[in-house]
Amino acid sequence: MAPRFDSVQQVRDGLKAVNYLADDGIAGVAFLADRLGKPILVEGPAGTGKTQLAKSIAEMTGSRLIRLQCYEGLDESKALYEWNYKKQLLRIQADKNSDSWSDVHDDIFGDEFLLMRPLLEAITSEEPVVLLIDEVDRVEVETEALLLEILSEYQVSIPELGTITAKQIPMVFLTSNNTRELSEALKRRCLFLHVDYPQMDREKEIVLTKVEGITEMLADQIARIVRSIRQLDLKKSPSVSEALDWARTLVLLGIDSIDAEQAKETLHVLLKYQTDIAKAAKELSID
Amino acid sequence: MIDLLSGFIVELRNAGLPVSLTENLDAMTAISHIPLEDREAFKYALGATLVKNHAHWRSFETVFEVYFSLRGPEYNITDGDGSGDIDDFLRQMQDAQMKGEGNGGAGGMDQLTPEELMNILMNALMNGDQAMMRALARQAVQRFAGMEPGRPVGGTYYLYRTLRNLDLDGMSDKLMEASRQQVGGDLTKLEERLERDEYNHRIEQFKQEVEAEIRRRLVADRGAEAMAKTLRKPLPEDVEFMHASRDEMQNLKKALQPLTRKLAAKLARKRRHGRKGPLDFRNTVRHSLAYGGVPAEPKFKYPRPAKPELIVVADISGSVAAFARFTLMLVYALSNQFSKVRAFVFIDGIDEVTEYFKKTEDVSEAIQRINTEADVIWVDGHSDYGHAFEVFWEKWGKEINPKSSVILLGDARNNYHASQAWVIKEMKQKARKVYWLNPEPRSYWNTGDSIVGEYGVHTDGVFECRNLRQLEAFVEKLA
Repeated sequence: MAPRFDSVQQVRDGLKAVNYLADDGIAGVAFLADRLGKPILVEGPAGTGKTQLAKSIAEMTGSRLIRLQCYEGLDESKALYEWNYKKQLLRIQADKNSDSWSDVHDDIFGDEFLLMRPLLEAITSEEPVVLLIDEVDRVEVETEALLLEILSEYQVSIPELGTITAKQIPMVFLTSNNTRELSEALKRRCLFLHVDYPQMDREKEIVLTKVEGITEMLADQIARIVRSIRQLDLKKSPSVSEALDWARTLVLLGIDSIDAEQAKETLHVLLKYQTDIAKAAKELSID
Repeated sequence: MIDLLSGFIVELRNAGLPVSLTENLDAMTAISHIPLEDREAFKYALGATLVKNHAHWRSFETVFEVYFSLRGPEYNITDGDGSGDIDDFLRQMQDAQMKGEGNGGAGGMDQLTPEELMNILMNALMNGDQAMMRALARQAVQRFAGMEPGRPVGGTYYLYRTLRNLDLDGMSDKLMEASRQQVGGDLTKLEERLERDEYNHRIEQFKQEVEAEIRRRLVADRGAEAMAKTLRKPLPEDVEFMHASRDEMQNLKKALQPLTRKLAAKLARKRRHGRKGPLDFRNTVRHSLAYGGVPAEPKFKYPRPAKPELIVVADISGSVAAFARFTLMLVYALSNQFSKVRAFVFIDGIDEVTEYFKKTEDVSEAIQRINTEADVIWVDGHSDYGHAFEVFWEKWGKEINPKSSVILLGDARNNYHASQAWVIKEMKQKARKVYWLNPEPRSYWNTGDSIVGEYGVHTDGVFECRNLRQLEAFVEKLA
């Protein structure tokens, strides 16, 4: 199969065209994932654009995004495939008399009675797809094993049907908020990408591209204040998405340049704990 | 190239990173897809394939710097005035040495006086001029570090020498002064703070440049392998509490937060799962509708076991203070996983400090107050476990009940006082569990004045808790 990208720079430009500003690391790993045909495990603090990365890659390559949201108790009938019992039951009842047992047996385990779940759907798709397995750290360790076959071989084994192999290798993203250590087996199969809070310059760029009608000066101020706040020892540091919310708030309020008073009044958009707000206000001498 | 890479990977393994064979192969494949002259891309290719845990990234970066610092055009050792080969570099270094702290010599920056150099540096920092900062870092190292080939001192010595001569601490104030003048008038407090952060950030960058430069020169002198060995640092989870430097302690604190999140999720999960409870009739009937009223899928109620109650009794005398503080922090960060947490600290007297944690949400503030306010000294301020336990038993002993787990923290170095081990024995009979955590290596136990064995026989277990990894394993077991 032809690679999707020619160079790291192309990934970067492409992502920029869909309003996702990648740094060298992000673009480089995405490029490698395509070349090596390996999934990417994206880790990092909440709200730094992990999920958005997968969406943006899908948009950039014009692929369909298939998303599997993980949660505790996720099992193969929700992740891989399930037999449509009700339909099978109807099928058996519909011609009780005519068919012999073996006919019915073969018949009810056909494609018609198979309910595709996201993982199977991703590998059987004819068109290009991006598969996003979101918050993979939420499933139990045992359930992780479900993913292993599809991640390394891009195939799914169904006892009744045999092995279904991917028609094309999808780009696969797994995101994790790191609430538990993922198993070695899973990590080994993936490329690892840690997405951290962006550098100040990049954050400013992000604010500029994502928030309409913002002035360069305001974006600069926002990026600088956010950086200063992140250096404090807080319960929850402001994420990029919160910084964007804050920028939008300020634009809506018609503010071109923040002074201490305005910063204090809108700080609750950026920080979600009362103690954090008090601390930040005090530290930035805007109390 | 393959030799270099396998050396690199061996070094990563030596540094404690788990690099498997498949990952090694992946790395080899990965670098064949990227242009080798792009150093950043090269680094990320190796990083993405070899490092699967963000906490290990720093160690990876250090080893990477050591192994690949001499490659890449912008990293040539000499600054722009000639070829970058080692002989030339050594000669230059000797030149610089002969010049001593004075100045003179030939070529570009070498002719500047220290004052002029400082001015240029200030300008570069003011404007955030990266290229200039890098060149200056090089010049500063060449001029002030006094590096000699083969001299058996560590990189920190050179770093100290260089930075001492540059007076970067004063630099921040000078920069602030200059920017005030630039604006013409006073800055508002908010602006001032932001400016200061910006300059501190740049100065930090400059320091890193200096450090990198010193490292590059050392690698050129001693070779990558020897250098990597001296730079080898334990991973955050392997740092020993009792010997952690201030920097390491900071890193540990940073590691604590994600760890507590992880542990909390794990503990909650553990409580919910495992045993099955009685049949949940309502739920079963609800689900039977899908099968035409046949209860094909029985549903069970999850048991809700009571959260354990925790009593932490910690020795906070000098030798084990860091460990006690750290454990208290961890326990309190997890306090919502326990129905109640009570904390006691002692040296030779004992005091309850639960209140300190209740009043504030900020654990480090509470720890601060423990250090200054808790009444833990009875006679001389040397650990006396026996007396502390005795008083504990008298005052609070009746509050221990079958729901409470008691954790005792300390090295049990009792300064040859009476052990009063009977307290622990009594405790064990009343409490759910009694554990002892000892931050000393197991081989030191029961040597000298350590009597951990004497106490240990009465507990449900004595655990060696030297680093974060062991502490984590223990807490997980607890709930």
